[in-house]
Amino acid sequence: MSGLDTASTSTVPPVPSLDVEALRRDFPILSQTVNGHPLAYLDNAATSQKPQVVIDAILGYYQEYNANVHRGLHELSRRATDAYEEARGTVADWIGAPSPRELIFTKGTTEAVNLVASSWGDANLKAGDEILLSELEHHSNLVPWQLLSERTGATIRYLLLDDDGRLILDDLPAILSSGRVRIGAIAHVSNALGTINPVAEIARQLHQAGALFFVDGAQGAAHHPVDVSDLGADFYAFSGHKMCGPTGIGALWARRDILEEMPPYQGGGEMIDLVGKEGSTWAQLPHKFEAGTPNIAGAIGFAAAVRYLDAVGPESILRHEQALVRHALAELGQSPGVRLFGPSDARGRAGVVSFRMDSAHPHDISTILDREGIAIRAGHHCAQLVMQRYEVGATARASFYLYNTVEEVDRLVRGLDTVRSIFGGA
Amino acid sequence: MSTPDVQLTSLYQQLILDHYKKPRNRGKLEDGTVEVHMRNPACGDEIRLQLKVEDDTIRELRFLGDGCSISQASVSMMTSILKDRSLDDAISVARRFTGMMHGDAEAAKDRTLKDLRALQGVSKFPIRVKCALLGFDALQEAIRQSRPVGHEEEEESP
Repeated sequence: MSGLDTASTSTVPPVPSLDVEALRRDFPILSQTVNGHPLAYLDNAATSQKPQVVIDAILGYYQEYNANVHRGLHELSRRATDAYEEARGTVADWIGAPSPRELIFTKGTTEAVNLVASSWGDANLKAGDEILLSELEHHSNLVPWQLLSERTGATIRYLLLDDDGRLILDDLPAILSSGRVRIGAIAHVSNALGTINPVAEIARQLHQAGALFFVDGAQGAAHHPVDVSDLGADFYAFSGHKMCGPTGIGALWARRDILEEMPPYQGGGEMIDLVGKEGSTWAQLPHKFEAGTPNIAGAIGFAAAVRYLDAVGPESILRHEQALVRHALAELGQSPGVRLFGPSDARGRAGVVSFRMDSAHPHDISTILDREGIAIRAGHHCAQLVMQRYEVGATARASFYLYNTVEEVDRLVRGLDTVRSIFGGA
Repeated sequence: MSTPDVQLTSLYQQLILDHYKKPRNRGKLEDGTVEVHMRNPACGDEIRLQLKVEDDTIRELRFLGDGCSISQASVSMMTSILKDRSLDDAISVARRFTGMMHGDAEAAKDRTLKDLRALQGVSKFPIRVKCALLGFDALQEAIRQSRPVGHEEEEESP
């Protein structure tokens, strides 16, 4: 899989390291103080911050060429349509999609999962069929499939997690041997543990069993160079806001032949060809799946974020995140009373570090760190199956992105001293 | 070593940490009359509260729970003052406490709240107020279930 930090890098050109201080100046929000301390924003798996170029792209649309797309014959509508469709191409290129017509703009990853579960799922699944999920999925890649299961009678099978936060792939052949699995839906990267899943291998086995593969890329495309063909995905979903873009915009990529067969997800304007009293015919891809006026500004901002990340270099961003994770794992591993979750080897994980302390609950850790200007997440991270697997109610989670520094990780580690000074512990 | 700031020390008073580390009335009742399981779906905190109610009076109560110091200390403090109190008294405690969480300075002076007054600092952390109220949400639901049908307390908006 591309993008993994492997030992055999001698034959590939070196990946340039990031000039983080320069990058930070691109993000106006990062220069503020919180509770009297410089903001250390370590909650990027929840949402990322936005560079000025993204903010400007959204502003520029509203100030200069706001109009509806694909409808008007006037100049502003033409400019808005061009920008919207150009954004589609830019976002499609980011994941190596063979054609922008296979790229559907959605509200985000969640809507993309719901779109596939409803449209493809309702048309193709019946009682007795099986859906493969895993224990590390975010609720957004669980609940839509559970609803589909209730509607169709299809049953759900789960790949389980081992103690190191990795999916137990050895179980996969036995699960697939039922011959009933029609689709697998697995995260590219776990939002709760940071685990980078071996999606190409999962794809190979699913395809061998005649099943399709949906990859939840919410934490993937943002932190990891993606080529959907290399991954062997049939569907790939991701969100703009996790990767420096605005909220309310995401994308679903799927193979064209699958999209052509799928019925529409929502009805409305934009998605029709001809409308009659007895029925209607559907627009060509991708518009068949984009009912109503789309999030035009969002798509334009999303594309600006993609161009920004592309200029910085996705390989460099992943290396940077993994360097921060390696440092965090080493430091937190020595921090008294700290229990770490997820892969112990930084090479197998993206920029997410989940942990607990023996003396203080994750919410208390988060409140105390917040007083020092350090923003982390505490809770179940919308991944209650992960929490159940490790028999905890919640974890504290620090998640990194291109603009985070080693110094911020050190502040996080020192902040745990404050936690211990209040709650006790070594 | 970092030292906590003033707001943190007022939030995490010793009394709160004491209840968190040594919760009062933690456990199960064999002869409880009502049991309520309350979760905060946003963060995963949970409390299972059991009451033994006789003649509109809380004769005994126990809780089990998992969550942050504020949610668990709050329910521990709550249980430590409600034994042998009438349901009406308990409702009144809940209202006073809820008022204090929403910044009512008069409620904060109410000595009948006893240890619960140590949680006054939580009102400065709006995100954590729901943690402190979780046990009281369970209490109010348990009381509602303990009342005969038709006995509805008037809702008082916070």
